[in-house]
Amino acid sequence: MTDTSNDPILKVENLVVHFPVGRGLLGGSRRFVHAVDGIDLELKRGECLGLVGESGCGKSTLALSILGLQAPTRGRVIVDGHEVGTAGRDRKNRARITQMVFQDPYSSLNPRQTVRKTLETPLRLHGITARSEIDGRIGDMLARVGLRPEAAERYPHEFSGGQRQRIGIARALILEPKIVVLDEPVSALDVSIRAQIINLLLELKETLGLSYIMISHDLGVVEHMSDRVAVMYLGRIVESGPWNTIFTQPGHPYTRALIAAIPDPFKRSSGTKITGEIPNPLSPPTGCGFHPRCPEARDICRTPPAPALKNRGGEHHVRCRRVDEIAMTDGLATAVG
Amino acid sequence: MKIRANLLIGGFLLATVVIAGTLAPWLAHTDPVMDADLLYAEEPPGAAFWFGTDAQGRDIYSRVLYGARISLTVGIISQLINTVIGVCLGVSAGYWGGWWDDFVSGLTNMMLAIPSLIFALAIMAILNPGLTSLLIALGLTNWSFTCRLARASTLSLKSQGYVQAAKVLGYSDVRIMLTQLLPNMLGPIIVIGTLGMGGAVLAEAALSFLGLGIRPPFPSWGSMLSDARDQITTAPWISIFPGLAIFVTVLGLNLLGDGLRDILDPQSRSRRA
Repeated sequence: MTDTSNDPILKVENLVVHFPVGRGLLGGSRRFVHAVDGIDLELKRGECLGLVGESGCGKSTLALSILGLQAPTRGRVIVDGHEVGTAGRDRKNRARITQMVFQDPYSSLNPRQTVRKTLETPLRLHGITARSEIDGRIGDMLARVGLRPEAAERYPHEFSGGQRQRIGIARALILEPKIVVLDEPVSALDVSIRAQIINLLLELKETLGLSYIMISHDLGVVEHMSDRVAVMYLGRIVESGPWNTIFTQPGHPYTRALIAAIPDPFKRSSGTKITGEIPNPLSPPTGCGFHPRCPEARDICRTPPAPALKNRGGEHHVRCRRVDEIAMTDGLATAVG
Repeated sequence: MKIRANLLIGGFLLATVVIAGTLAPWLAHTDPVMDADLLYAEEPPGAAFWFGTDAQGRDIYSRVLYGARISLTVGIISQLINTVIGVCLGVSAGYWGGWWDDFVSGLTNMMLAIPSLIFALAIMAILNPGLTSLLIALGLTNWSFTCRLARASTLSLKSQGYVQAAKVLGYSDVRIMLTQLLPNMLGPIIVIGTLGMGGAVLAEAALSFLGLGIRPPFPSWGSMLSDARDQITTAPWISIFPGLAIFVTVLGLNLLGDGLRDILDPQSRSRRA
C-alpha cells in the first residue's frame, strides 16, 4: 500500500457547472448560466481552505459539487483518490467522507426531530445498529461539541442559535467524515457567540484530523481560520494563496477591495471601494470578468480572452493581467507616502 | 393551554355522530329497512317515533342513526384515499420536479377544472351504485387540493437546511420525503383532510340524493332527503332530520378542522413547550 498522506484529500479538476435557463419554446437555443466556470482546487489533509466571494459568484455551486449534490458539466471532483459520483446510489459513500455545516442554524435542524433522532438516523443508515454503540457515539459527539448529554432528548426550538449550530456540527461529524464544508458557519450567529463556534471548529479540526472548506464573505473569519484562501469572482478563482500572503500582499484588485472593506476600528476606511453589482452571468463581460467594476481597468482588460492565473511565487496565484503594474504603483505610493 | 371553543364544539358534534353510528343497533328502536308499517306512515314526531315516520312508515330516528354509519364511512375512507393520493403525488412532484412535476401539475389542474361532483357522478354512472363504488368515486376525485398543498409545502421545505443535510448524510429520497418533509407539513394536511371529510359527507349525500349513491332502501341521509321531496310541505320532519344530521356532521368536521389548524401550527406548538 502506498502512503497517500501527502496527496491532497480533495482535488477539483477544471470543474465547470452550467445551468440551462429558459427552455426555448420550439427547441430554440438554450442559454446557460456559467455558475462555475473552470475551477482547479486542491485541499491538503488537515488544511482549512477559505473560499471567499460575493453571493452569486458560484461558491455554493462549487460546494454542492464537492458534496456530490450537483453534477458537473465538465471536469471532476476527486476525494481521497476517488472520483465523486453524483448518482443517488453513491450518496451513502459520499456521506462518510464529505459533510456540511449549514449557515442558518434555525432552518438546518428538523423542528420535528429530537437531537437524538437527528444524530441516530445517519448512524443507523450507515450500518451502526447496536444500541450501546449508537448511544456511545451520540454521547461522545455531544460532549465534543460542548453540549450536555440531556440535550439529546430535546427538540431544536429549545436551544439557542449557538447551541443549534453545535448540534449542526455534531450532525456533520457523527459519520466521522474527512472533509467538512462549512457554509458561512457563523454568519447567522450573534457576534458574541461567533468566537466560541470558530474555536470549537478549530479544535475539532485538530482532534479529529479534519480538512475544512470554509465558504464565507466575512474576511475576518476567513483570516482567523484559513490556512489558504481562494477568492472567487463570477465562477472563477481570481486569486489564491496562503492566508498571510493574501491578506498582506493581495494581488487582484478585487481581493484588495474586499480586504479594504474589512472594518478596522483603528484606521479610517481607505483604499478602493467596489461599486456596482456582479455582472449577469448569462452574458459575462469580455476579457477579464471584473473589468466593469475594476478601478484599475484599462483597455487591455476588456479584450478577450479572459486572463489566466499567474503564479506570483510560492502558492500565490492571481488572475489579472496588470497585477505586476498595480503592485509596482502600490510600491511607489508607499515609498513616496 | 387554552382549549379552543371550535375544537371543543366540533369534537363534541362529531363524537355525537360517531357514537350514534357505532351504537346504532342498540340505540335504534326498529330495523331501519325491514320495519316498514304503512299503518304508521307519515306520523309526526312524538313519544313512539322520536323523529316521526316516513311515507313507508319507517322510524326516521332509527334510519338517521344507521345513516351516520354510511356518511362517516364514506367521509373518512374516501378522504383518506384522497389524502394518500394527494400527498404521494404532491410531495414526489415537488421533490423530484422535472417531467414528473409537469405531469402531476397538469393532472391536478385538470382535476381542479372538472367539478369533482360531476366527475364522481360519471364514475358512479359507470360503476354500480353501492358503498364500494362511492368510496372509489369520491376517493379519486378530491385529491387535487391536498396535492397542491403538499407540492407547495415540499417546494418551500426542500430548500431548508435540514433537507439538504439529510441528502448530505446519505438519506434516500423516499426517506427524506417520509422523515423530513412529511412530518413538517402534516399540520395543514390534516386540516385540509378534515375539512375535505365534510365535503365528502356532503358529496355522498348529493350522490345518494341523485340516486347514484347508496341504493334505497338502505338508509343514507342523501337518499332519505331524496325520498322526502314529495312530502316536504305535508310532512317536513321526513326531510328535516336527515338534513339536520348532515348539517351537524359537516359543521362538526369543519369546526374540528379549524381547531386542529390552531393547535397544529408549529409556532403555537413551540410557544406551548
